[in-house]
Amino acid sequence: MCGIVGLLLKDPGLRPRLGELMVPMMIGMTERGPDSAGLAVFTEPVEEGTYKISLYTGEQVVDWKGLLQKLRMAIDAKFDVVTSGNHAVLTSTASPSIVEAWIAEKLPQIAVLSIGRSIDLYKDIGAPADICKRYGFAKLQGTHLVGHTRMATESAVTPAHAHPFTAGHDFCLVHNGSLSNPHLVRRKLEPLGIEFETDNDTEAACRYFEWRLREGDDLKTAVQRGFEELDGFYTFLMGTDDELAIVRDAFACKPAIVAETDDYVAIASEFRSLAHLPGVHKARLFEPKPQEVYAWKV
Amino acid sequence: MESVTKQIADWRLATGRFGQRKVFDLAAVSVRELNQYLHKELPENSLPTVVVNNPDGAHSIAAGMNALVDIEINGHVGYYVAGMNKHARIVVNGNAGPGAAENMMSGLVRVRGFASTSAGASARGGLLVIEGDASLRCGISLKGADIVVGGSVGSFSAFMAQAGRMVICDGAGDALGDSLYEAVIYVRGEVKSLGADAQFEPTTDTDRAVVAELLAVAGFKHDPSEFRRVASARKLYHWNAEAGQEY
Repeated sequence: MCGIVGLLLKDPGLRPRLGELMVPMMIGMTERGPDSAGLAVFTEPVEEGTYKISLYTGEQVVDWKGLLQKLRMAIDAKFDVVTSGNHAVLTSTASPSIVEAWIAEKLPQIAVLSIGRSIDLYKDIGAPADICKRYGFAKLQGTHLVGHTRMATESAVTPAHAHPFTAGHDFCLVHNGSLSNPHLVRRKLEPLGIEFETDNDTEAACRYFEWRLREGDDLKTAVQRGFEELDGFYTFLMGTDDELAIVRDAFACKPAIVAETDDYVAIASEFRSLAHLPGVHKARLFEPKPQEVYAWKV
Repeated sequence: MESVTKQIADWRLATGRFGQRKVFDLAAVSVRELNQYLHKELPENSLPTVVVNNPDGAHSIAAGMNALVDIEINGHVGYYVAGMNKHARIVVNGNAGPGAAENMMSGLVRVRGFASTSAGASARGGLLVIEGDASLRCGISLKGADIVVGGSVGSFSAFMAQAGRMVICDGAGDALGDSLYEAVIYVRGEVKSLGADAQFEPTTDTDRAVVAELLAVAGFKHDPSEFRRVASARKLYHWNAEAGQEY
């Protein structure tokens, strides 16, 4: 079992309150996912040619100033870092693949969680309320977000196995359910040069969709293709720099409910995570139908 | 039609005993406290109408009832509302999460909004009314209860339903009545597909009378002759070793 939450704010006036509105949503999903939690928040994109890289350092204490100096010496570009506990968002004008390769070589204890111009990503093990507090989720601002609380059923409880999963740039996915053919998907993708970081089933779906997006599919087409390729139970919630999308498998075993008003679109596994939202009792409430892709643009 | 008639009698009996109102605000007290009251602390005489406010999607509200009492829930509820209900008349003024009135034994459950998956699953008796749409697997393994849905039902509804009646005022998704036993489905709208061994059958006066009575109890105004009957072809009752098996 797992819990998913998503929130897209149509009203720009609400965007400074994105995190504050989300925290009770995530805490509401604690019983569905008590062992880990994570969040991808999408902000207005940083300027062209600049990228944000979300980093996770685990138990390691990292000298961020020292890291910045080393990066500046090694790569001719601008670097800046904002830290939050053992997470950090590194902003740079360098090519993100060069930075990623440099980190992998010099500081392999640091994990790259996400890359993009809009996405910041946090995930860790522990109770959702603790994680919300640890990383100050209530203060996050942005246009939309994708969150998850995890109750692991098929792979280990580690920060790397927590959701959201990311692939490519400005793309993330969370999953409630379980896939029965993740290894088959993986064996299809690996010969194409797509690398995996964990043995988690959700990562296979995430990398599959991101591969389809890079091949030119739009999100809806990619998901349609996924109906043939991905076997198992799922409610997937996906985020891109300007879109939030949800889809449920043909059997709709995993719950989801959407509340839409003129101001926001809020998505959760259960209504109890939406009950606190302003105006939710006047919202259009519905459960996504099986194998139908619902998407909202910022 | 015995079950429905008996339900109405129960309902009148309960109505006759309504007295004061006992209000639970779930913003202030827990579902456990509410259910403890409903299970163990109801007064012996002059049963109150129990009003539940701010349910906010909580699970198992008024599950396991075993008393002829009226319960009114004002808002949306989560999983298993009125599960295993016996005798009580429970109204949800909102939407219901998965498994509403699952395993109901008797009584009346009315959901004024929509109901999520597996509404009325395995229910043995009583009447479940869903005024909006019901999601997938409505009435799965139904064992004798009656279900009336004002809107449509999702795929795999009445899967392996053994006894009882389902009246669907709008359409149904895929595989309606798959592997049906002796439950009977009446459906007014379009059926995307019938499940294995389910078949449309001609309706008789008895069928129309059943539909008319269930519609009347549920409070829906439709012409009973607009409903089609779906029942088991009973071809799966016996193993056919001659049949070509495809997997």
